[in-house]
Amino acid sequence: MMRWAERRPWVWSFLAAGLVWALTSASVGGQGAFASLAVALEFATFAVIVGLGQMLVITAGPGNIDLSIPGVMTLAAYLATGLAKGTDGGLAAGLAAGLAVGLAAGLFNLLLIQGLAIPPMVGTLAAGFIFQSMAIAYSRHSHAKPAPALVGFVNAHLLGLPLVTLVFVGVSALVAQMLRRTVFGRSLLAIGQNRRAARLAGLAVGATVGLVYVLAGLCSALAGILLAANSGGAALNMGSDYLLSSIAVVVLGGTAIAGGQAVPAGLWGAAALLDLIVTMLNVLHVGAGLRYVVTGLIIIAVLALARGRAP
Amino acid sequence: MAAEARARRLALRPGLALPALAFLLMLGAIIAAEPRVASYFGLTVLLGFAMPAIFAALAQMAVIAAGDIDLGIGPFLSLVNCIAATWLTDRPAAGLAALAGLVALYAAMGALIHARALPAIVVTLGASFVWLGLAILVLPTPGGAAPAWLAAVAAWRPPLLPLPLLVGLLAGAAAEWLLMRGAYGVVLRGIGGNPRAVARGGWSLLRARMSLYAAAGLAGVLGGLALTGLDTSGDATVGGQYTLVSIAAVIVGGGEFTGGVVSPAGAVLGAFIMLLTGSLLSFLDVSTDWQLSAQGGILILVLAARALRRRGRA
Amino acid sequence: MNPQPAEAFARLEGVAKSFGAVRALAGVDLAVPPGRMLGLVGHNGAGKSTLMQILAGALAPDRGSIRIAGRDETRGWDVRRAHGLGVRCVFQELSLCPNLTVAENARIMHPALSGWGWRRRARALMRAALDALFPGHGIDPDRQVGSLPVGQRQMVETARAFSETDTAVRLVILDEPTSSLDAAAAANLLAYTERARARGIACVFISHRLHEILGHADEVVVLRDGQVASASPAAGLSEAALVERMGEVRGEEEPGATAATSRSGARRLSRPARASLGERFGIDVRAGEVVGLSGLAGHGQREFLLAAFAAAGHGGRAAHGEGAVAVHGSAAHVSGDRQNDGIFPLWSIGRNTTIGLIRRLARAGILPLRAEAALAARWREALSIRAPDIETPILSLSGGNQQKVLVARAFATEADLILFDDPLRGVDVGTKRELYHHVRAAAAAGRAFLWYTTENAELVHCDRVYVFARGVVTDQIPRAELTEERVIRASFATPADLSRHGG
Repeated sequence: MMRWAERRPWVWSFLAAGLVWALTSASVGGQGAFASLAVALEFATFAVIVGLGQMLVITAGPGNIDLSIPGVMTLAAYLATGLAKGTDGGLAAGLAAGLAVGLAAGLFNLLLIQGLAIPPMVGTLAAGFIFQSMAIAYSRHSHAKPAPALVGFVNAHLLGLPLVTLVFVGVSALVAQMLRRTVFGRSLLAIGQNRRAARLAGLAVGATVGLVYVLAGLCSALAGILLAANSGGAALNMGSDYLLSSIAVVVLGGTAIAGGQAVPAGLWGAAALLDLIVTMLNVLHVGAGLRYVVTGLIIIAVLALARGRAP
Repeated sequence: MAAEARARRLALRPGLALPALAFLLMLGAIIAAEPRVASYFGLTVLLGFAMPAIFAALAQMAVIAAGDIDLGIGPFLSLVNCIAATWLTDRPAAGLAALAGLVALYAAMGALIHARALPAIVVTLGASFVWLGLAILVLPTPGGAAPAWLAAVAAWRPPLLPLPLLVGLLAGAAAEWLLMRGAYGVVLRGIGGNPRAVARGGWSLLRARMSLYAAAGLAGVLGGLALTGLDTSGDATVGGQYTLVSIAAVIVGGGEFTGGVVSPAGAVLGAFIMLLTGSLLSFLDVSTDWQLSAQGGILILVLAARALRRRGRA
Repeated sequence: MNPQPAEAFARLEGVAKSFGAVRALAGVDLAVPPGRMLGLVGHNGAGKSTLMQILAGALAPDRGSIRIAGRDETRGWDVRRAHGLGVRCVFQELSLCPNLTVAENARIMHPALSGWGWRRRARALMRAALDALFPGHGIDPDRQVGSLPVGQRQMVETARAFSETDTAVRLVILDEPTSSLDAAAAANLLAYTERARARGIACVFISHRLHEILGHADEVVVLRDGQVASASPAAGLSEAALVERMGEVRGEEEPGATAATSRSGARRLSRPARASLGERFGIDVRAGEVVGLSGLAGHGQREFLLAAFAAAGHGGRAAHGEGAVAVHGSAAHVSGDRQNDGIFPLWSIGRNTTIGLIRRLARAGILPLRAEAALAARWREALSIRAPDIETPILSLSGGNQQKVLVARAFATEADLILFDDPLRGVDVGTKRELYHHVRAAAAAGRAFLWYTTENAELVHCDRVYVFARGVVTDQIPRAELTEERVIRASFATPADLSRHGG
């Protein structure tokens, strides 16, 4: 059993999520257990989307991290809703603008990291603040509602589960296959384990790492656009929780924080776990303060324990 | 001979001249736009909020000296602010104990990072949520009141120098003395430069890292107190901006992210520069919406200039 | 001639140390008498540095005892204790903090340098020590160490080891202390050790420059495969005798069957001689040839291999101008530094083998997993890598088998030119012999090899050897003329020597 689980690092997050769910359901006598799971999964989806990008970045090896996520999410959400002007006719323009923000953000991060040799954590942090202040400035002129079609999409359900969730379960599976059997994925895993060896094996290190940051920017933008549609419009603080949760779902999901090993499936277990904990604390009538404390402590504790197992 | 040697030592300090010049230029530009600033009272108002930034920058510098980075210093200032505006006013003994406990927590965080070889960036980011959560628990909605003595200190008008400049001078001098001149400070900076060499000198790396983190915690507490004295009330989200400001201040002041290259005097100047960025924008009639852009942009520009200079030399 | 004094200052007995599966030391006895200099020689991987790290307290032995000044210190032996008893070490990789000044680095080693005026005392201490060892050194104690050239850094570290505050120096370990010093500074250091010995200070001296050892040590200990191969007075020893004891001549290694491939194959690599550096030999590698690179470690061989790799289209632009390397065809690189430059530790043997050719295997960016596995299995078979299957994690293999995987990775790329960066360092003899055989077979099939080795014994497998010194090729030796003496002479040659003896 232990060896089986060792080869499947995502198991732990699912076990923990299941445990929390069972505890919460038991404490309310089983009422609305499945509904609460569906809600948790719906919110988990947004964390998984940013988590996918962050996972790829972290997998590129020590020092790689994307701290621009909140800024990119917010700016993309504002531009997408602003250009769509609450109409389906403007949806295409809005989506294009939002995704363009993600693309531009990824390229800008890349310029800072590879062009100017700025450490990723600082380059992306500073870039994130620039995107955030652009969003602040833009927010003065725009208070549009999201396009109805997009709202319909994020609220749609299939077989009792949110449609967005199902779509991104599919996307996660694609990412897992990409890591397993494409040149890009294999190169990324190699670079994350040993960058020098990867270079000496003739892999395209710069291009691979570059693509990762661009993909991360796109993931952040997409998460921002969908989140805005889900919550009735963009807000300036909409991204602030997602910086930590993007890293948290990666770490809790079994991805190696030192790079070289990515576990897309684990993102779901971890994101569900975090949301179910929030649900549980809500059920116990615990305030926002304790929720933050618990979330922060769980991440530090899991990180400390996971490091202990690794060689 | 001795004077010449001293001059050479000063000149060797990594790029102290550049931030000093930038600070004076920015101050000059603001005075040119608004001459009334050039007075004791004007400078006190203009530079007042540099005080928390100075301590945040020194806290960040201590962590960067160890080769780490602290993404939680902003929320930590908020937490201190909330404790100071509630417990420290109502039950001073409990408040002081809580603040001392926070310094100990910082040292423990350093110990954990060292003992388990954890990435500081993730640990401090996780800690930032703990600080924020604790701040909300202590003070769920903005309010409270600063202790009278703290407000009085913040409103004190010392002779000759405006308070913010005096605080900058004293804090900078104390940090310089401890880290740059002191005998143990050498060991602390050494672990950022070559930890193995320090270990081979027979020093405990764990103790050194804990000392740096404890120093960061102490500076963070002082920063939170300064913030409370200025605001005279508490708010669980007030400190958020100081994370970026502190990192930028250290870098603008001549520090490097790796290798234990730090400069306390530079960090203090950096804190003033980051504060003046905001003031300069408002004097230039640029919306404060762009303040984050300006601060992030300065950080990027300084780092880019350094990268280009390195490339030019290579 | 030199009767052994009854009481050694430091005495190691039965010291053993292993790193994972690699046995670095297998029970070593060593006695260092006061006022004497012990020369320690041996090939890379013989265990010299490990032994000295144990003596200096930087590394704990698995077994064995440490006696210092007549007392058993095995328990609780660490750097601090060693310093307290006057044991100092100049490590091979420098142990200075580049962000601190020379005087501040003295503080790192001397706990006594604290309190009021410590800076002034540290400055005076370092100035005095530098003056004593290297007269006319011209090093300012307030300079940041990172801004000093490497030679001056070595001077600072050496001077620091001999500096005294509250405890007297009793034993100084010098691990390759002259490797980055110029001739004058090296002579100063060696002269100083004579004076230090007169004051009763013991020295352990490790060097690849055998003439330095023979000229200055009182006794010479030869380490070989983690054991003492011999220990005898230096007087009466010759370089040739030392080289023999180090295990140079291995009768069982008959020179390879690549013999006389004649230089007729297609040109794979060329670099013209750089006249401006006083270089007389260009480098030329043809298909079917095994070409060796020799000389002391760190004299430009590794950089040359990397330049060749870059020139073959990997890792960015190749340099232009005088002495530019031209490579015709594809190249693969195999490093002996497995941990840092070779293996992907989270992966299986199979993935480690095929990573070099994923781009060629893939169709539209997608890898055919079954074909990939078949290929990896074939190479595991071909190089007889001892593991149950290709799914075995690479970390569960012995060092020698890990190295075979890296060679398999290079062979699998079907590169025209294979660059060997001392790949058999620390590999067991059996595996070595197998790999020599594979190299010969691959060369016979038309591949070209450029092989940098720190073990001169391996040069017999090369058709031709280029010797590097200070980044310059100082000799070109066809296999028929290959002798240990000629390699060593060329290793210490300078461009001035070349022009003197040239023509």
